[in-house]
Amino acid sequence: MNSMMKKSFSVKGVVALGIGTALFFVLMRYASVPSPLPNTTFGIQYSVQALVSVLYGPVIGFLVGLIGHMFNDMAAGWGVWWSWVIASGFFGFVMGFASKNMKLDDGVFSQKDMVVFNVAQLIAHVIAWGGMAPLLDILIYSEPANKVFAQGLLAGVSNIIATGVVGTLLCLAYANAKPKQGSLEKE
Amino acid sequence: MVNLFNYIEKESPVHRLSGASKFALLILWMLAAMLSFNTPFLLILSLLSLFFFRLSHIRLGEVRFMLIFTLVFLVMNNLLIYLFSPELGVDIYHSRHLLFTIYGRYTVTQEQLLYHLNVILKYTATIPIVILFVATTHPSEFAASLNRLGLNYRIAYGVALALRYIPGLVSDFQAISLSQQARGIEMSKKESLFKRLKAASNIIIPLILSSFDRIEVISNAMELRGFGKHKKRSWYMSRDLVWEDFAAIALGFILLFYTIFWTVWNGGRYWNPFVA
Repeated sequence: MNSMMKKSFSVKGVVALGIGTALFFVLMRYASVPSPLPNTTFGIQYSVQALVSVLYGPVIGFLVGLIGHMFNDMAAGWGVWWSWVIASGFFGFVMGFASKNMKLDDGVFSQKDMVVFNVAQLIAHVIAWGGMAPLLDILIYSEPANKVFAQGLLAGVSNIIATGVVGTLLCLAYANAKPKQGSLEKE
Repeated sequence: MVNLFNYIEKESPVHRLSGASKFALLILWMLAAMLSFNTPFLLILSLLSLFFFRLSHIRLGEVRFMLIFTLVFLVMNNLLIYLFSPELGVDIYHSRHLLFTIYGRYTVTQEQLLYHLNVILKYTATIPIVILFVATTHPSEFAASLNRLGLNYRIAYGVALALRYIPGLVSDFQAISLSQQARGIEMSKKESLFKRLKAASNIIIPLILSSFDRIEVISNAMELRGFGKHKKRSWYMSRDLVWEDFAAIALGFILLFYTIFWTVWNGGRYWNPFVA
């Protein structure tokens, strides 16, 4: 645990936390894609959070979601919904753990990695929006169960689709932009 | 610069408070309002938040766009709650005083009205305070204050970096978005679902990849300046605490402790006038 903390808060980790949070906030606020269901948008921001988590681990991933979502709520004017803020953080935490063995920084994003990434995002979103956010809504705010589960379901499905498409493309693009290990040969 | 967090520079007692004590009060206040369904207490909190609003010399017109969001969200949320659970109040308060029936299962009971009043009061008790915090705290001071409240300075510095880069990213995003749209990318409902997501990727992937390149540059610059060498760091924007700051923090703790004591004494979170 201690070595994980040390790695997370290296200088690079600190900067990744800053840039990641800024991206999360900007995408959540400005880059919403309307979905077929009324009043729901695709959470594009979770693709960035997933990429940050893959590269810099669960702690940074958690903080990016937590702080980015909190800023968004503060700037929006509907008060801070801690239940959903915590669920956003949780998503990054799971993604960071699931991707421990990926070597994206070496330019590798294999088909196996792609499967692991998508299975992990599916599970993390289902737990976050199908369980965590609605349960915390009931516990903290005493909202009606059927309402919050319906909202969670909508958010979960659209987030899974968005992360599946945009997140996967993003990881591929990132890996392709990195020089492969051993791509240089000595003559 | 885009004034994202709507900081409004003014001279007032609320502005003079340090960011650290304001943030502490905000968190404690929100916790108290979140936990409590004590209607009279929520009413007092709402009045108190309006009083602080007056004290800050912020005019309503200056935060109008946020208040519109608040109002829309408030109406939508209450409507949704009623549509999904028209008799939630009956379950919560264990009694039923029917006033009239609109149609089928959509009845209006005194209990449901009280529950909705609580939901509304929770908004009026917290949202003015959140808006006030955002409008009276300079973003850089906010990051410094997180460190003062005991958060590791590396995390606080990460937050400071985020606040610094958000305006730049917003203008980058708008520039990329406009140039992609000029090339004929469509993101509105006219396009199919998959194409819309693909279009969004075309905008955000260049934005994200160029931002990730910055991580390297910034962290190298910070490393060269010896960031993270010591256990502590000083902040340009931090202020010394004065007695008003301690009063604000004390008020926060009083509110939270009162909520906890009241809940224990009452044997539950709900103020219930129906069961005597």
